[in-house]
Amino acid sequence: MIADETRSAKARWALRSWWLVAAMWTRATMAYRASFFLMLAASLAATSLDFVVLLLMFQHTDRLGGWSLAELGFLYGTSGLCLGLANLFVGSVDALGDRIRTGTLDTMLIRPAPALAQLCAERFSLRRLGRPLQAVAVLVWSLTVLPVHWTADRLLLVPLLLVCGTVIFSAIYIGGATLQFWWGEARELQNSLTYGGATLIHYPPTIFAKELVAGVVFGVPLAFVNWLPALRILDRPDPLGLPTAFQYASPIAAALCVLAAAAAWRAGLRAYRGTGN
Amino acid sequence: MDTSVEAAADTSAQLRPERGEPGPDGRPEGAGRQDIGRQDAGRRQAGRLYLAIAQGAFRRYSTYRAATVAGAVTNTVFGFILAYTFLALWQARPGLGGYDSVQAVTYIWISQSLLVTVAVWGGGFQDEVQERFRTGDIAIDLYRPVDFQGWWLATDLGRAAFHLFARGVLPTLAGALAFSLTLPADPLVWAVFLLAVLLAVVVSFGLRFLVSLTGFWLHDSEGIRAVMLVVAMFFSGMLLPIGLFPGWLGELAHVLPWAALIQIPTDILLERRSGFAVLTGLGFQLLWAVLLLAAGRAAQLLATRKVVVQGG
Amino acid sequence: MTLIELQDVRRSFTIRTKAGRLRREKREVHAVDGLTFGIDAGECVGYIGPNGAGKSTTIKMLTGILVPSSGRLRVAGVDPARERARLARRIGVVFGQRTTLWWDLPLRDSYELARRIYRIPDARYRANLDRCVELLDLGGLLDTPVRQLSLGQRMRGDLAAALLHDPQVLYLDEPTIGLDVVSKARVREFLREVNTDQGTTVLLTTHDLVDIEQLCGRVMVIDHGRVVYDGSLDGLHAAGQSERTLVVDLAEAGPAIEVAGARVVRVEGPRQWLAFPAEESAAPIVAAVADRYPLVDLSVREPAIEDVIARMYAEVAIG
Repeated sequence: MIADETRSAKARWALRSWWLVAAMWTRATMAYRASFFLMLAASLAATSLDFVVLLLMFQHTDRLGGWSLAELGFLYGTSGLCLGLANLFVGSVDALGDRIRTGTLDTMLIRPAPALAQLCAERFSLRRLGRPLQAVAVLVWSLTVLPVHWTADRLLLVPLLLVCGTVIFSAIYIGGATLQFWWGEARELQNSLTYGGATLIHYPPTIFAKELVAGVVFGVPLAFVNWLPALRILDRPDPLGLPTAFQYASPIAAALCVLAAAAAWRAGLRAYRGTGN
Repeated sequence: MDTSVEAAADTSAQLRPERGEPGPDGRPEGAGRQDIGRQDAGRRQAGRLYLAIAQGAFRRYSTYRAATVAGAVTNTVFGFILAYTFLALWQARPGLGGYDSVQAVTYIWISQSLLVTVAVWGGGFQDEVQERFRTGDIAIDLYRPVDFQGWWLATDLGRAAFHLFARGVLPTLAGALAFSLTLPADPLVWAVFLLAVLLAVVVSFGLRFLVSLTGFWLHDSEGIRAVMLVVAMFFSGMLLPIGLFPGWLGELAHVLPWAALIQIPTDILLERRSGFAVLTGLGFQLLWAVLLLAAGRAAQLLATRKVVVQGG
Repeated sequence: MTLIELQDVRRSFTIRTKAGRLRREKREVHAVDGLTFGIDAGECVGYIGPNGAGKSTTIKMLTGILVPSSGRLRVAGVDPARERARLARRIGVVFGQRTTLWWDLPLRDSYELARRIYRIPDARYRANLDRCVELLDLGGLLDTPVRQLSLGQRMRGDLAAALLHDPQVLYLDEPTIGLDVVSKARVREFLREVNTDQGTTVLLTTHDLVDIEQLCGRVMVIDHGRVVYDGSLDGLHAAGQSERTLVVDLAEAGPAIEVAGARVVRVEGPRQWLAFPAEESAAPIVAAVADRYPLVDLSVREPAIEDVIARMYAEVAIG
């Protein structure tokens, strides 16, 4: 009981630390308002390109892997929104290698706030809203045009997958960044998991090799961000023929991701501080 | 701790031209008064200098070993994902844009292999120039005995040579192993392809150089860089072959300089351009290279004048 | 009261070095090799040694950033490795070579954030900030982004940031490095104030021995991860077998003179330099010279502490 209380107090303090640092950076960037809006617009345009490519593809066909543009819009919107929010909340963690090199991590370690919370909030910028904003637009459009047969479970699955997807991508950001404790220049590697992963799940699972699909169900569980819940919401058959339970299992996948990322972070920090060397 | 980055930074500092004493017009004293023979020797010497600069950049980038591997892996992952999307599209529309599905998949892998070499995303020397702006050293750079534009071009060519090898081989190999690709057997095609890549790098340099020089007039060229990234990704054919763009958008994309970055080298390697079309492709690249370098030269003169007026 | 306590603290690193094209060799390096010492509340201690002697490693262990390989360590009653966050509220840290401030933000924002992160009560915060602003002359700088500050201004800003939460211990890693003479003087003045008036315990590493001479009642010399000297500055001279110098001006130039208890180290025209052990009195040597040679003028020079320490390192290296 006491342990639980201190744990929740610790979590609250971590969130509050994140909030304090992020709020400070927001005030600072808002001082240059024009520059902020230009960068937000650029981010909006850059991240919309992926959807423009989808539109151009659908100039030449009305089905991709058997899925319609509106269905891909649902995949695109959910994937982009989850990645975008994760990037907004914890994306700064990917500069860990630089923070180690310049000694900034040391200065974070001597403050009475969790270093991970400080790392995630460092250089927080609302200009990263570009990706989630355009993703929301596409998602809303797809939900209005898709002939979904709405039932209680389908209605619940949408917010659930958005929350779980954001958590899964956040865990991937943190877990991937942790590699930089050992491999300082590996920053770009996690792009293949975050941006690469998000691109993968813009598209329907039917177009990929079964091994690849199985890899993102049982390996890096990106399939739980949108593929599996989408099969249920859009009433589509599972190309792998997995039990229906998988389509509701995003919270479990998200929880496993968080545990794995937390373990990786602890191991990395222990290696950095030389615990039990 | 890995210190290769500091080591690289040291090397780059050593490689920068000495803060020598230029003559009153910013050139080494006596230039232009030498006889022909000495001019020739001078030219040879300058050639050796630029070669040394390029070699230095090549070596410097080759020290970022982990970053290079991480980047090549990322290109490979994207290659896999995008190859499947193209396969799906070409399954729905065989022969789309004049590519068969094998050519379409090859297009993806070649473009991923070239992405960093031709710096579609920007970067390379741009990051260094930005740092020089931040520290204020940029004003001094304009007055060095080594030509400003030539110095950075040599640096970027050295970088590109390294990236062509280090960021190109892994994706191409992975693509060839996992998919059926069509790569030319004729060594002449490969030679022409390499020439096209060289020109692509120069065009890309020309564009990035102009973007970097905006730093003399703008407080922060980060915004311009971000916009350029969007434009370059789209109009280079990196995301989708330009031939698939509808109507006027396609026609526009075909004449913009970004077509020289990915679309033309890839089409040459796919032997979609052969005979005379190869020459027009290379000619298109050369034209843009010359135009952009000239524009960069003009911008550099304006920047120098501005620095003179404001005293740096 | 002992505020900082180390008992046989060791810290080793595994270094991988290139051996050949692909092979890498592992090597164990003992950065800190059995440190035992204590520092009382209110002391100001200079912690000096050559590069790579283990100074930074010690500081990192005392702040909880690094965990010792073995040994016992306590700072203000806390084990730094286990309770880093709790310790953080009791210590202040200033790194001369990098800032703990937020680079792109005005000083004021950094302080405001520190107030919230360290949960400093409002009244306390305002009093401390006012005092630091006054003593460090920061009034005009509070709204300047840190990156626009000069090195000296930034260091003053860092000092204030480290003291807003009333730490019991202040660690300073090269606090005067790269500063001009005026800035150095101001920083030293401030540190003396903090140490004597506030009673804050100060541990500083430095290459500038004037810092030590002006601030520290106690010096610890560390080399190869071990303490080779611990005591007063005066004692350091004796420990380092330092020599004073007697400079004599004779009536005319001549060969090196011979005097018992001293040796000539330099001759320049009529002026000669005689070295003798620092702890000996100069009087008998002066008398002996005046007795045998025509003496015009004389002066005695104290040993330079740099020389003393350099000699000390050299001995450790040989021994």
